[in-house]
Amino acid sequence: MNDKEIIASRIALELEDGDLVNLGIGIPTLVANYVPSDKSVTFQAENGIIGLGGLVEDEQEIVNAGGMGASILQGGAFIDSVTSFTFIRGGHIDITVLGALEVDQDGSLASWIIPGKMVPGMGGAMDLVTGAKKVIIAMRHTNKGIPKILKRCTLPLTAAHQVNMIVTEMAVMEVQKDGLHLLEVHPDYTVEDVIKATEAELIIESVLPMKGV
Amino acid sequence: MKSIINQEKFIAMLHDGMSLMVGGFLTNGTPEGLIDLVVQSNVKNLTIIGNDGGYPDKGVGRLVANNQVAKVIASHIGTNPVIGTLMQEQKIEVELVPQGTLAERIRAFGAGLGGVLTPTGLDTMVEEGKQILEVEGQKYILELALGADMALIGGAIADSYGNLKYNKTMRNFNPIMATACKIVVCEPRRIIDEIDPEDVITPHPFVDYILVGEYSE
Repeated sequence: MNDKEIIASRIALELEDGDLVNLGIGIPTLVANYVPSDKSVTFQAENGIIGLGGLVEDEQEIVNAGGMGASILQGGAFIDSVTSFTFIRGGHIDITVLGALEVDQDGSLASWIIPGKMVPGMGGAMDLVTGAKKVIIAMRHTNKGIPKILKRCTLPLTAAHQVNMIVTEMAVMEVQKDGLHLLEVHPDYTVEDVIKATEAELIIESVLPMKGV
Repeated sequence: MKSIINQEKFIAMLHDGMSLMVGGFLTNGTPEGLIDLVVQSNVKNLTIIGNDGGYPDKGVGRLVANNQVAKVIASHIGTNPVIGTLMQEQKIEVELVPQGTLAERIRAFGAGLGGVLTPTGLDTMVEEGKQILEVEGQKYILELALGADMALIGGAIADSYGNLKYNKTMRNFNPIMATACKIVVCEPRRIIDEIDPEDVITPHPFVDYILVGEYSE
């Protein structure tokens, strides 16, 4: 498995039977490929689908939240933007998985702007991380060696104190009241490797090998 | 029965400095025929309100490319780098709004509300310059209602009364915007005799004009 597949397959283990889940663009989208066969999970796309299916080439009438041709599963529904964000903001989404530029040990994240360089906008990300019951960040552990998991985010925030879990190709971390706990490390790396690649202070009690690898 | 208008009459309703809400999500459900006519009219200093900035050659991006836009209010402009460049050069004003907040601000205007209270954007740049209210121990940003002069509605199937339902994911912001503008113009994909009352999404009193364009099926 490559880095992206490791991250996506590990996050899929967090999905519970019956969950309603929103996946962001990029690595998060891959999580749908690893849903355990004994679990029934419904995916939401914020542009207006409950019951999002796989990608469909050349499909023009049904698109996912990235604007790519997609499909809707049996039992699904097309919804307007207010209903879509009623799901998101009203606490009806069990898990949202999304990428980030930076995450910090207090569970704050930055993902929508690099001032002076890149200003794509927040899209639905601020609503998703504020409203979903559980927020999982899927990203590479560093940006070509530069830590992305920090003591405190330096870029403008998407939200403060909303992240519950961070999954990278190296490790699984959880934000708890007392800080960022290192829970699992991929067998290709040591705890020392993870500490070196992380600027945030990691609370290390008992570390397990990464599940599902 | 709604007025079916022709292109000339639609263009005659456009003027410099007006605000347009344009339905669609990354151009899925955007009325490209109406955008053609806005381009043709060459009206200037428009404020464009929509989910995103479209693409340089598609959706509201075409109005930007034609130098007709003074301000964009959207949740995302990443798919249209032209807007990003013009923003850096301070040639266009951009107000980025979280997508759910944008939808609720428009809904609020359509429903006659002054605004909405939301935790989305707290402790971020989004809260700058806005009132923060504490209600029952929880902080909220006061986000003001948002309306516009005209809504351009796409992705719809209309009936002969002007009722609308929508085609698949093309629904998105369209039915919300149809409630929040002084003039609502729809370019349906097709017109049928009658939509079952159980299935109407936008009832006809919200719709002022229907324009059948070249993009209609």
